[in-house]
Amino acid sequence: MTGLHEPTLPAEWELVVGLEVHVELATQTKLFCGCANEFSTEPNTNVCPTCLGLPGSLPVMNETVVDFAMRLGRALGCSIHPSVMARKNYFYPDMAKDFQTTQYDQPTNRDGELALADGTVVGIERAHIEEDAGKTTHVGGGGRINDATYSLVDYNRAGVPLVEIVSHPDIRTVEHAKAYVSELRDILLAIAVSDAKMEEGSMRVDANVSVRPVGSSELRTRCELKNINSIRSLGRAIEYEACRHVDLYESDEAPRQETRHWDEDGGRSTAGRSKEDADDYRYFQEPDLVPLTPTPEQVAAIDGAMPVLPAARRARLGELSAVADDVVATVVERCQDALALGAIEAGADADKVLTRIQNDLAVDDWSAVTGQTLATLVQMESGGELSATQAKQVLADMAAGNHGGDPKSIAEARGFEAMESDALETLIDQLINDNPDEWFRFTSDDEGDRKKMQGFFTGQIMKATKGQADGRAVAELLSRKSAG
Amino acid sequence: MSALDIAAAVRSGERSAADVVDEYLARIDARDGELNAFNLVLAEEARAAAAAVDATVAAGDDPGPLAGVPVALKDNMCTRGVATTCSSKILEGWQPPYDATVVERLAAAGAVAVGKTNLDEFAMGSSTENSAFGPTRNPLDVDRVPGGSSGGSAAAVAAGLAAISLGSDTGGSIRQPAAFCGVVGMKPTYGAVSRYGLIAFGSSLDQIGPFSTSVADSAAVLEVIGGHDPLDSTSIDAPTFDLQAVLDRGVEGLRIGILRELSGGPDSVEGITSDVQDRAAAAAAALEAAGASVQEVSVPSATLGLSAYYLVAPAEASSNLSRFDGVRFGLRIDAPTTGEMMTATRTAGFGTEVKRRIMLGTYALSAGYYDAFYGKALKVRTLMLAEFATAYEQVDLLLTPTAPTTAFPLGERTADPMTMYVNDVCTIPSNLTGHPGISVPFGVGDDGMPVGVQLLGPALSEPTIYQAAAVLEEVAP
Amino acid sequence: MSERITRDEVIHVARLARLELTDAEIDEFTGQLGDILEHAADVEALDVGDIEPTSHPLPMSNVLRADVRRLSLERNEFLAQAPAAEAGQFRVPPILGEEP
Ligand SMILES: [Mg+2]
Ligand SMILES: [Zn+2]
Repeated sequence: MTGLHEPTLPAEWELVVGLEVHVELATQTKLFCGCANEFSTEPNTNVCPTCLGLPGSLPVMNETVVDFAMRLGRALGCSIHPSVMARKNYFYPDMAKDFQTTQYDQPTNRDGELALADGTVVGIERAHIEEDAGKTTHVGGGGRINDATYSLVDYNRAGVPLVEIVSHPDIRTVEHAKAYVSELRDILLAIAVSDAKMEEGSMRVDANVSVRPVGSSELRTRCELKNINSIRSLGRAIEYEACRHVDLYESDEAPRQETRHWDEDGGRSTAGRSKEDADDYRYFQEPDLVPLTPTPEQVAAIDGAMPVLPAARRARLGELSAVADDVVATVVERCQDALALGAIEAGADADKVLTRIQNDLAVDDWSAVTGQTLATLVQMESGGELSATQAKQVLADMAAGNHGGDPKSIAEARGFEAMESDALETLIDQLINDNPDEWFRFTSDDEGDRKKMQGFFTGQIMKATKGQADGRAVAELLSRKSAG
Repeated sequence: MSALDIAAAVRSGERSAADVVDEYLARIDARDGELNAFNLVLAEEARAAAAAVDATVAAGDDPGPLAGVPVALKDNMCTRGVATTCSSKILEGWQPPYDATVVERLAAAGAVAVGKTNLDEFAMGSSTENSAFGPTRNPLDVDRVPGGSSGGSAAAVAAGLAAISLGSDTGGSIRQPAAFCGVVGMKPTYGAVSRYGLIAFGSSLDQIGPFSTSVADSAAVLEVIGGHDPLDSTSIDAPTFDLQAVLDRGVEGLRIGILRELSGGPDSVEGITSDVQDRAAAAAAALEAAGASVQEVSVPSATLGLSAYYLVAPAEASSNLSRFDGVRFGLRIDAPTTGEMMTATRTAGFGTEVKRRIMLGTYALSAGYYDAFYGKALKVRTLMLAEFATAYEQVDLLLTPTAPTTAFPLGERTADPMTMYVNDVCTIPSNLTGHPGISVPFGVGDDGMPVGVQLLGPALSEPTIYQAAAVLEEVAP
Repeated sequence: MSERITRDEVIHVARLARLELTDAEIDEFTGQLGDILEHAADVEALDVGDIEPTSHPLPMSNVLRADVRRLSLERNEFLAQAPAAEAGQFRVPPILGEEP
């Protein structure tokens, strides 16, 4: 149906997408038992009677899960409700009790919204608490589920707390779908309830995709796409699926409502084996757990402790600087905006601070860097005490905590002595004197020649100063001298 | 010898726990071949536990309030490293890696577990005939049933094979067999005893309680096994009962209500035999003679209990029993795919009554029927709670027969499930409301078999119940 | 045969419950479940319009535990009880059908 190229949705069709995002909460223990909520390479080591579903075992709700879930709900503008857990009954070997304990008709969080960077608002239907399943590994037959010779089950992940965030089908473009997930991830990181890594499965996105003719308001048959492992993959999957629907409609067929598996390598979705029985999960209230009834005071406390969310943080940095939006977005996403604000407040140039952070502070641990030390570094660079290359090296040392993270001590230890402006000028004069032909070509009108010679002189200066000269200062001096 | 007498003798060093255990093990040896009260006898473990109790006594340390008391555990309570079967083929041979909370608490109190007792498979039944390991027989007449589902635990105590035992009561499974075997059986308030480690039947109804030969023993055991357990979310976070202190208070001034809808006569559910009705009336009269005031009280929705129960309990059971799928423990019947393996395992592993209830519960929860059946049954519970609350404004306790009849002959009711289910008609309402109830022997029926009368009270009224039960025990014929 | 539940419904319910019934069992259950549901007609017929359902006999709420680790089980102990195990995991026949 489609060729080798990535398909694009024809202009007369409109995309209708709703997303269901499962987020693993970063608690110490699982949802209903005291087993560690941590990744373990050794299977079945973080398990107990409760998460193994052994006969006689009982669940007890983790208070941090409730707190995290409500925090997330409030960050998404949801109202908080009294809730009950329900059992969703189905047989599957990775579901230890052969039912999933989840919130059904009475979820904690309802009716929120998520605003995308361009102002588009996506409605959130609910964000409910539920438990994760274990993991099955398929052995033989190339590891694929349908031709394995047998499977192995590890319950380390069984009972890990999840919040499932269900959006309304408000998303109309692939870009918006991607932006939604990216914004949601930033929020999760900001409120510190999950590490939200799609690649590692701590954030899993299922997309409900349908299409309709532009101008129509109908909701046509949707398919649920699973196994989407990155934001890029989400875009591809939605686009592919939408085109598949259009192709079907245009050949007088129609998609079936079904769950489909996204095949990233093949760039296509494939139908799951259809179930023998229609979905009949026989939901009923979990009798082994009691209702949750959050008080207005609890909700107020959560609101009171709510950190400033990414959208507002981006806006703040945007007001202070003139750098591109994506630089600001990166800094906020890495939660380095407080650091940036500190440095700006300490007197450093906002654009330089943000650029320096974005370019040179993409490390896991930068806790040794403070607003003050970063400001000092940026100012040393602006003042010509450090070249760009040197500043980068000093920042790396600061992040590593060397010399107490103090940029001056680091620069000194590295032997980065300030190149006096006078000394630099003397050096340049000397070079002009020694290389008159090159200098003539530098001052000529030939743009190519000029560029080449700029490289020549800069190289010579760097060589002579062992890289300590500030590139920008050199360029300025060269241009001043050629002009006059 | 009562459990409290045994404990007193062992604690004082007058008698060794080892000696007590040997005496009970010898009786089990002599009698259980015929009764089949036990699925498993823990001779070696019991002797080791008794020796430990004796060592504690010898060391001058406190061996606990139930020191050396031989206890039998219904085989649906998890015992670490000891087979726990629910009298089902699907769990045969399974050794749980953990102990139920009640098992831990009994051991900590010095009690000595002598064995795991037979039950209706997964506690589903009223006669202990639905066991994969054969029926238990009533020690008072071996051609009759001991009642159920905790028939093994009731028979063990009645026959002196254990001084006390634990059962579980989802719709009457402690009180009805206690009545049939002529012993005391107590179902505490829902949440008063931890369910952690009790293999679930109907999670919102199940409650563990003791069998004993005396009301005082019953109170002593409930004091030990009761109290808050952080591993059970439905466990009541309240101080443990002080029950032994109330036993000699008498019933002067207590208001007892005869529950009209469960006592025979007009407006009552049918099927309560006249001899049983007479014994219950005599019990009320005896309490009145002892100083209580007695009046008739009406709880109209009590007649709906049976129907509501046979929707709620199977619904919860159908979900609770899903985990018996051949993947992690117990029986597996191999098949080419996991789905087929699960079906083959469950088909071979569950007995007919269990399948019937799983079917009923699955149906009651399934799309399209939920509102008509399960949803309505939950509303009946609301109605019953409200009507019982009104009743308990008029009286302190309610009195009814425990079961409509005395113990019936083996095989008499196995053909038709409904005739078996009506056995629970008097006991079921307090499971739906979560209220406590005790069955105390009160004379015999026309057939010479024991009759039990039941005292019911509101949530956490255990002290009042024991107070009246002690009097009933004293005045019983 | 009762009208309260049909043979086809019994077959459907058995499939949901992962039970395989013989023809004789299907007939038997169709009759018996019909009888039980017939008995439940008093509940079904009840006018309980504005009555709230009670799932739980006790009015409890917010029972929570602290987010603190407890010891997990020794793997050898429970895997020894498994019908089939391999490489520290539970082994099962091939899983056909889509994940739910
Ligand atoms: Mg879900
Ligand atoms: Zn666990």
